[in-house]
Amino acid sequence: MTKVVVAMSGGVDSSVAAALLKQQGYDVVGMMLRLWSAPGKEDSNRCCTPDSMAQARRVAAKLDIPFYVVDAKNVFRETVVQYFLDGYARGETPNPCLMCNRQIRWTFLLDHALALGAEFMATGHYARIRNSEFGIRNLLRAVDESKDQSYVLHVLTQEKLQRALFPVGEYPKPEIRKIAESFGLPTASRADSQDLCFLAGEDYRNFLQRNAPQLNQPGEIIRTDGKVLGQHNGLASYTIGQRKGLGVASPVPLYVITKHATHNTLVVGTQDELGFSELTARDVNWISGEAPPAAFRAMVKIRYTAKPVPAEVTPLAGGARAHVRFDAPARDVTAGQAAVFYVGEEVLGGGIIE
Amino acid sequence: MTDPIYLDYAATTPVDPRVLGVMMPYFNASFGNPSSVHRYGQRAEAALDSARETVASVLHCRPEEIIFTSCGSESDNLALRGAMMIGLKNNRPWLLTSRTEHHAVSKTAEQLEKYYGVQVEWLPVDARGAVTPDAMRHAVCDGTALASVMLANNEIGTINPIAELAAICHEHGILFHTDAVQAAAYLDVDVTKLGVDMLSLGSHKFYGPKGVGALYVKKGTQLLPHTTGGGQEFGLRAGTQNVPYIVGFAEALRLTAQEREERVAHVQPLRDQIIGRVLEEIPDSQLTGHPENRLPNHASFVFKDVDGNLLLQLLDAAGFACSSGSACKTGNPEPSEVITALGLSRDWALGSLRITLGKDSTPEQTDSFLSTLPSLVEKTRHLSATDH
Repeated sequence: MTKVVVAMSGGVDSSVAAALLKQQGYDVVGMMLRLWSAPGKEDSNRCCTPDSMAQARRVAAKLDIPFYVVDAKNVFRETVVQYFLDGYARGETPNPCLMCNRQIRWTFLLDHALALGAEFMATGHYARIRNSEFGIRNLLRAVDESKDQSYVLHVLTQEKLQRALFPVGEYPKPEIRKIAESFGLPTASRADSQDLCFLAGEDYRNFLQRNAPQLNQPGEIIRTDGKVLGQHNGLASYTIGQRKGLGVASPVPLYVITKHATHNTLVVGTQDELGFSELTARDVNWISGEAPPAAFRAMVKIRYTAKPVPAEVTPLAGGARAHVRFDAPARDVTAGQAAVFYVGEEVLGGGIIE
Repeated sequence: MTDPIYLDYAATTPVDPRVLGVMMPYFNASFGNPSSVHRYGQRAEAALDSARETVASVLHCRPEEIIFTSCGSESDNLALRGAMMIGLKNNRPWLLTSRTEHHAVSKTAEQLEKYYGVQVEWLPVDARGAVTPDAMRHAVCDGTALASVMLANNEIGTINPIAELAAICHEHGILFHTDAVQAAAYLDVDVTKLGVDMLSLGSHKFYGPKGVGALYVKKGTQLLPHTTGGGQEFGLRAGTQNVPYIVGFAEALRLTAQEREERVAHVQPLRDQIIGRVLEEIPDSQLTGHPENRLPNHASFVFKDVDGNLLLQLLDAAGFACSSGSACKTGNPEPSEVITALGLSRDWALGSLRITLGKDSTPEQTDSFLSTLPSLVEKTRHLSATDH
């Protein structure tokens, strides 16, 4: 029997993933990661509360599959949390979930799964994998576009995709709930939240204040024309596109346009100045393993929650970087977030916005 | 999928079919409350008395010195709390115990210290995890009410010199309790030879049911009960007795005493083979606990730079159910107090493994285990090295 490890969260999606794979005849093993949180907040980490762990354990018992909790605290602290701090140090707004998917789920946990004798690892992500010619696996949007999570999976290489299964991506979400009911599994989703799991409910600014106090250096707020408007209290406290809480007087609404880490200045401007007509992405991963030979038309998604917008994407530097020119200026282009390139329902790749 | 090979008899054992057989009538046919006057009650009481006599004959004590409880942990609690409450009243606030005790003793001692004014002195152990007579001699004082040292350690198998330790305590008028929960499956629990005032037992370690235990309390020992109510168990443990389980406990203990020699003869060679081959075939491995003076079914190791929790998962996936001193189902591995008390550094202490055998263990099982373990230890080392 082919062994598959399912990364379980206690929520409906990964529970159904496990149930479906078991039904399909796989030898299923459940695993859950114990992630890092600040000392004293370990039990509030949204991804591994005692409740969710107990829930995952119950599901595993119900499905009669083994279940193990894997300690990833150190490696999570060293990779994901460090990446988060480093990102803010560069004046970016990092997306640590991308790093978690790459380094924790699809490296650390996958290594554990393989060591356990598994051939595949599955998660409850809404996305699909299709085999194409030459044994290449394509990453596709989920059937249920409203639940699609392919954005965070653009970091996967062919090596990982050969091992990955996303059973729930083939179904609309309501169908998943029905399947859960038919298996007698819990039907509640884990609270959908934008908060980072390791903050355990804390404001990220407090977390930064404690762990990287050097980032909270006050500096100047300047307008796009260079005029100094006031003082900011640390670049990390601001996000691109932010309007409220700038503390500067102006006859027209002002927005955060960009952040200059080297000069520690916050650049603000009017709504018209907010859009970016282009961006450059670094650390680009091409799902196929190779960059397209020439510029191509794509729908580009610049945040997990953003709507994809049309653009022309040009691979640079042998594919390690990419240039994106939007058809119309795009708002909220934020350094540190990922730009992900879609052609139709297929994810071609993506990288970190500079 | 076949069930993994069970190598964790120190955690618990299956109920012997012969034990289950004698228990069954007391669930419904003879269901009476032993305290009742009528014949239903009388039948239950007769079963209870008979069970108490059986246990007393194995322990070489009087039936009225046996207090039935709900488990080994409760027995330990009754011994420590009961004796220390009296000790406090008599101006003897000191409790002596070791860092290698089961949590049922050590956590109870900590709570007594924190909330009740008991003074705890932690006896040191030697590198093999034993409390030495010298350590006891240094620790006793006039204010000591009770010493509690386990007969055999659950994690590392080491057997303590109980008779000597108890004798030292008695010279100073100190009560001596031993937790024999892990030991009773293989060691003689004759309280006259051990010379103890109290001894804890739990039935599920020797093929009896879970949820029933006993405390031997030498006649004349003053204890304050911590469960008050009816006068059951000579006023030391209120609550209607769990008759079927007590009957099962007694039968399991009787069979254990009767078959002790053959059970030891069955597991010991298998254990010796495990210890020999593991130390020989796995680099950077150490036996924990005493090499000879240990439980005959018990092999325990530490492996350098191994995540013990991960090793257990790999073993389970490969079809072997073992245990570890740092095992943790919630992914927060920490070396246990016992492993830490041995003075091992963290790179060793996190990589502990315990293999405990039982009467259903076979040479084929241990061979199969021994041919699998070395590669899994290597795999764990490799994974741990790439993690960080």
